[in-house]
Amino acid sequence: MSRITVNEERCKGCLLCTTVCPAQIIVQSARINQHGYKVAEVPADKQASCTGCASCATICPDVAIQVWRSKKPKSAKKTAA
Amino acid sequence: MSNAAKNMSADEELVFSRPDSLIDRATHYCPGCHHGVAHRMVAELLDEMDLARNTLAVSSIGCSVFLYNYVDVDTVEAPHGRAPAVATGVKRGRPDKFVFAYQGDGDLASIGMAEIIHAANRGERISIVFVNNTVYGMTGGQMAPTTLIGQKTTTCPGGRCKDREGAPIRMAELLSGLGGVAFSARGSLDSVKNIRQAKKYMRQAFEVQTKGLGFGFVELLSACPTNWHMNPLAANARIAAEMIPYFPLGVYKDVAADGTCGSLAGGEK
Amino acid sequence: MAGKDRLFVKGNEAVALGALAAGCKCFFGYPITPQNDIPEFMSKALVEAGGAFVQAESEVAASNMLLGAGAAGVRAMTSSSSPGLSLKQEAISYMAGSEIPAVIVNMSRGGPGLGDIGPSQGDYFQSTRGGGHGDYRLFVLAPSGAQEAYDMTYEAFDLAFAFRNPVLILGDAIVGQMKEPITPRPPRKDDPAEGLDWRLEGFEKGSRKNRIIKSLFLNDGELAGQNKHLQAKYETWKKLVRAESFDTDDAELVVVAFGSIGRIAKNAVRNLRAKGKKVGLFRPKTLYPFPAAQLERLAKAGKRFLTIEHNLGQMVEDVRLSVRKHGDSDLFCVYPGNMPSPDDFEAPILKALGRK
Repeated sequence: MSRITVNEERCKGCLLCTTVCPAQIIVQSARINQHGYKVAEVPADKQASCTGCASCATICPDVAIQVWRSKKPKSAKKTAA
Repeated sequence: MSNAAKNMSADEELVFSRPDSLIDRATHYCPGCHHGVAHRMVAELLDEMDLARNTLAVSSIGCSVFLYNYVDVDTVEAPHGRAPAVATGVKRGRPDKFVFAYQGDGDLASIGMAEIIHAANRGERISIVFVNNTVYGMTGGQMAPTTLIGQKTTTCPGGRCKDREGAPIRMAELLSGLGGVAFSARGSLDSVKNIRQAKKYMRQAFEVQTKGLGFGFVELLSACPTNWHMNPLAANARIAAEMIPYFPLGVYKDVAADGTCGSLAGGEK
Repeated sequence: MAGKDRLFVKGNEAVALGALAAGCKCFFGYPITPQNDIPEFMSKALVEAGGAFVQAESEVAASNMLLGAGAAGVRAMTSSSSPGLSLKQEAISYMAGSEIPAVIVNMSRGGPGLGDIGPSQGDYFQSTRGGGHGDYRLFVLAPSGAQEAYDMTYEAFDLAFAFRNPVLILGDAIVGQMKEPITPRPPRKDDPAEGLDWRLEGFEKGSRKNRIIKSLFLNDGELAGQNKHLQAKYETWKKLVRAESFDTDDAELVVVAFGSIGRIAKNAVRNLRAKGKKVGLFRPKTLYPFPAAQLERLAKAGKRFLTIEHNLGQMVEDVRLSVRKHGDSDLFCVYPGNMPSPDDFEAPILKALGRK
């Protein structure tokens, strides 16, 4: 399934990502990083809803988000990397 | 990228990560500042177009003075406003290289107005990335040539007044009227859709250089939450609400599309 | 001395020819009297030689184009006259602070302000004290005629690249506009590897860190380190001083003068020698580094000095500093706006000679 990771030391808590997620699963967490910013997160119970659209990563000014998209399951064929 | 490889499992692919040409370090930019998006876009294109190894960049004066700490290319620092002239010298000296400059609204449209107009008019084979956030950021929020009427800044505290300060300058339009310009467009960084379109414009501004067609220019509407005294979300929203109506998005000149040839920088007989 | 290869040219043209012979590949300039022959000549000859010529939108722009070409390791030059040099000062300071090689030519005219279009030496301070901000120095050469204009411009490029520093040729309207025969040099062979270890070049990702040619040093102690490095560089120039000594061995009074005034003063000295007066001439050819040690030796030998210059007293300060342990220098000023002749110098020289 698709997912994102947020580099919490790079996140500046601008929350732009929270405004563009079509599934609206990104929120401000309660965690404050070393620079004093409250970082963004996808709560564990919402992760399954991620579609891997990368909207959050596209708008993130700090390149703090990496996006993994699940490959379509096809047993016979090898998917190109 | 090695962390990503470790994390990757067989049924997923990494579809978004830091481009190679973007140095892996935290930026000094404020939360919600769009310089980070613009820098990433530049780095992605330099990688996708395989230009990075031949790129000579010119940084300017403003918040983005540290461009050279983030974009992994050989860079020379230009005095305030002079980046188009410095880029002219770099490109005339090394026409085989890809040369771009990156400027803010004070650098490009105020002190550097003569340099941008003449480099554009000569059709220098360079590409200019113009980040327009309607304010002088680095120096603490003074009025810029692109500050909107009524917008308050530290040097127009009552709000910009047309009679006293004149109207904001539309650079993409102004440059599109010059013969040597091969591509001039304005994009915005306030939404995913606009970011993706802006990247296409930036690519075209780079391509007119690689194709030898002339001067390439892309203006990117951006926010300055700190000096607009807004949080990042409100600042981002201001772009669509107030800036785009005055600075419309779109392509203002594209010689590749309309079939005309830009004037040669070397002069025509 | 006669030969087919001798050329009869203005000093301005000699500058352009010297630059071409030295392998100048880019010229950026702007029209201003009395140096327009230089960009006009380059607009044809440099382009024919495969180089790049740009008439920039201003002297500001031209000096910044020079900065860019130099950062790319390319031999490039700009020329102007006094008011245009004032415009270039910011870029010059940046080039000095960023260690960018460049050749800058000033065919100076009368000032201040718009002044006149005749010769003067009123830019000595601007040239040697750094007309721009900060503690930096330019290597400054002062030709007195067309042959020196050619030779000094030719050598300026090697100096600029050896030291990664701007080099300034300080002439004036006389040097620029006077026509004289010169002997050119064989053209220098291009060296594509010049500056390869520091210039903007591009690189394969991962092979090295990106090069940053800049003058901004914000971290604690960084700017101090850069300034220390620059000062150490300027110290190495001291051994490269050049000056002409004419009839100084037994002179009681030595006239100190540079550039075109040095040449006119030499005639005055010759005329007075013919009348039995024990006078000589000391003509600095490098204004920075200034030939202080040679002047001090002359002072120690008991000679007295009269500085003659086409300004209201600028080089005289360096002369006085050089001889201060042993004496002083008198000063005779030719006011910018007046055109000097050797006869004008006789009375002041005799007066200085007569004063014990």
